[in-house]
Amino acid sequence: MTHISLVPIGLEDHAYLAALERFVADTFRLPTRVDAREISLQDAFDPNRQQYNSSLLLRQLIAAPPRETERILGVVDVDLFIPILTFVFGEAQLKGIGAIVSLHRLHNRFYGLPEDRELTTERLLKEAIHELGHTFGLIHCSQPQCVMNSSTYVENIDQKPAELCPACQRTIRAERGAPANDGFRFPWWGKK
Amino acid sequence: MKPEEIGILIVDDEASVRESLYEWFKADGYRVATAEDATSALKQLQDNPWDIILLDIKMPGMDGIELQHRIKEIDQNIVTIIITAFAAVDTAIQALKDGAFDYITKPVDPDDLSRLIRNAVEKRRLITENLQLRHQIEELQLPDQVVGESPAIKKVMEMVNTVAKTDSTVMILGESGTGKELIARAIHSRSSRRYFPIITINCGAYPEGLLESELFGHEKGSFTGAMYTRKGKLEMADKGTLFLDEIGNITEKMQMDLLRVIETKKFTRLGGDKTIDCDFRVISATNKDLEKAIREGSFREDLYYRLNVFSVVLPPLRERRSDIPLIARYFLNKYARSMNKNVTDFSPQALETFSAYDWPGNIREVRNVVERAMVVTKGSKIQVEDLSFPFSAQATPSGGETLEDVERAHIEKILAQTRGNIAQAAEILKISRLTLYNKIEKYHLKR
Repeated sequence: MTHISLVPIGLEDHAYLAALERFVADTFRLPTRVDAREISLQDAFDPNRQQYNSSLLLRQLIAAPPRETERILGVVDVDLFIPILTFVFGEAQLKGIGAIVSLHRLHNRFYGLPEDRELTTERLLKEAIHELGHTFGLIHCSQPQCVMNSSTYVENIDQKPAELCPACQRTIRAERGAPANDGFRFPWWGKK
Repeated sequence: MKPEEIGILIVDDEASVRESLYEWFKADGYRVATAEDATSALKQLQDNPWDIILLDIKMPGMDGIELQHRIKEIDQNIVTIIITAFAAVDTAIQALKDGAFDYITKPVDPDDLSRLIRNAVEKRRLITENLQLRHQIEELQLPDQVVGESPAIKKVMEMVNTVAKTDSTVMILGESGTGKELIARAIHSRSSRRYFPIITINCGAYPEGLLESELFGHEKGSFTGAMYTRKGKLEMADKGTLFLDEIGNITEKMQMDLLRVIETKKFTRLGGDKTIDCDFRVISATNKDLEKAIREGSFREDLYYRLNVFSVVLPPLRERRSDIPLIARYFLNKYARSMNKNVTDFSPQALETFSAYDWPGNIREVRNVVERAMVVTKGSKIQVEDLSFPFSAQATPSGGETLEDVERAHIEKILAQTRGNIAQAAEILKISRLTLYNKIEKYHLKR
């Protein structure tokens, strides 16, 4: 059965993965599975920037994906960058198979504040849905009440919900070839 | 503007920068392409329109500064953003002086980049909106008014109001300078097409090949020098009016092409094979005798009848002399405003000179004479000595070979000045009223 593969990369604290597994499965109506993969963090390390190149990690992640893997999401706790930007929270292939998210800048401690595990988890879930949303063909959404709204700093992430707006839901349905009246519901939709 | 309506071109020799920016902008929904050097960037510019171009300063071959010059030559409204390393900020400042919108230093904060692109999109939107509004204003605004109260011009305006309600072709006939384009604009601005442009083309101003290209547009590479696809006036006039000035000056081939387009409302750009549908109304104008040209075989009869469903004949100014002071005062007020001069009127003598002159260049000549007088005049009224007539050294009556000719012309002039008042004219001429009556009879003059 096809599934979304969650791949921890050099992650010491696996406690976040349980929440992620459930939430991603509920959101995309696809089974999720945590898979152990040999991904070298060191190969993506840039000594000049003291950061990790997310594109290089993504390249390793999507190379030879296991059979029946519909999407792959890598999870790291290191600081990610792409060459033109100072940092990224995550990266995804638009309409592709792979995405990656980092916890590094989602921790309150990064900003000199007391750590808040619940808040970090919430941020991780939002970023994970956001990056996986790109793999399902979603672009940034202009609706502030949509998880696909662009976030360039952590407060942006806190301001938006973890939910997809109806228009983005329709795009995912179309991408997955699901009819509009298939009874397919996103878990939060219908909640008041 | 929606993101998909914005085209962003990324020019950088570093593949990783190109790719990361490409993915970043794609996720925002923009139309994105990349180029690894200036040559490839210029090729992309030929193939597609771009709104925003991010360009690296340091590239092998042509650098970003030089490339920016080329881009601005092609389209000065493209928003350019310079990508530079931290150490090369001086060069980036040079690029800003050369017209770059902003610059980013690698690596850039994601929030800064997002804000920069939002601002660049906004700037591009404003530029586009500004160009569209300017065009609309230019096209919708009547540059001048039709001035006159004579029966002749009133008849013309009645005709204009009648034909404006129809969608038929109109041919405006009249001597040079009688205001044919003004009448075309008056018809357009009173028609149901008034919210769309009126596009004017002076058929006499282009050699044959160029007129074709102006009218039909061309595809890239259709002839030497056609580096970019260009829309023609026909496409620009879609839903509006096409005003073909000096229609009597077009070649036989052009006459045939034009007839086909007017009949089918379909055409193809030069060098293209795609049929383009176009909806426009044709107004044409000429100062030539086209019926004579038909008899001589130099103008197609079928095109003439196709263009001339309605005809509006503009009288020369000498046939509506009573409008001359009105027209002169109209231009005086217009130039007083635009030149910011406190000139309020003509002296009575200057106005007499205006009324007596034949105006072979018609209204255009009045405009030029008034404009020149406005420049040279010192007081609040334009004097006779401020006037200069291009078609004759001074405002003397035409003819005048014999004493009788001179007498006839002089009486005619004075009668015009006094608006046919016999008593006043006789007093000016220092002759009796009876003598004046006899002379009017003798020379068959109108009172």
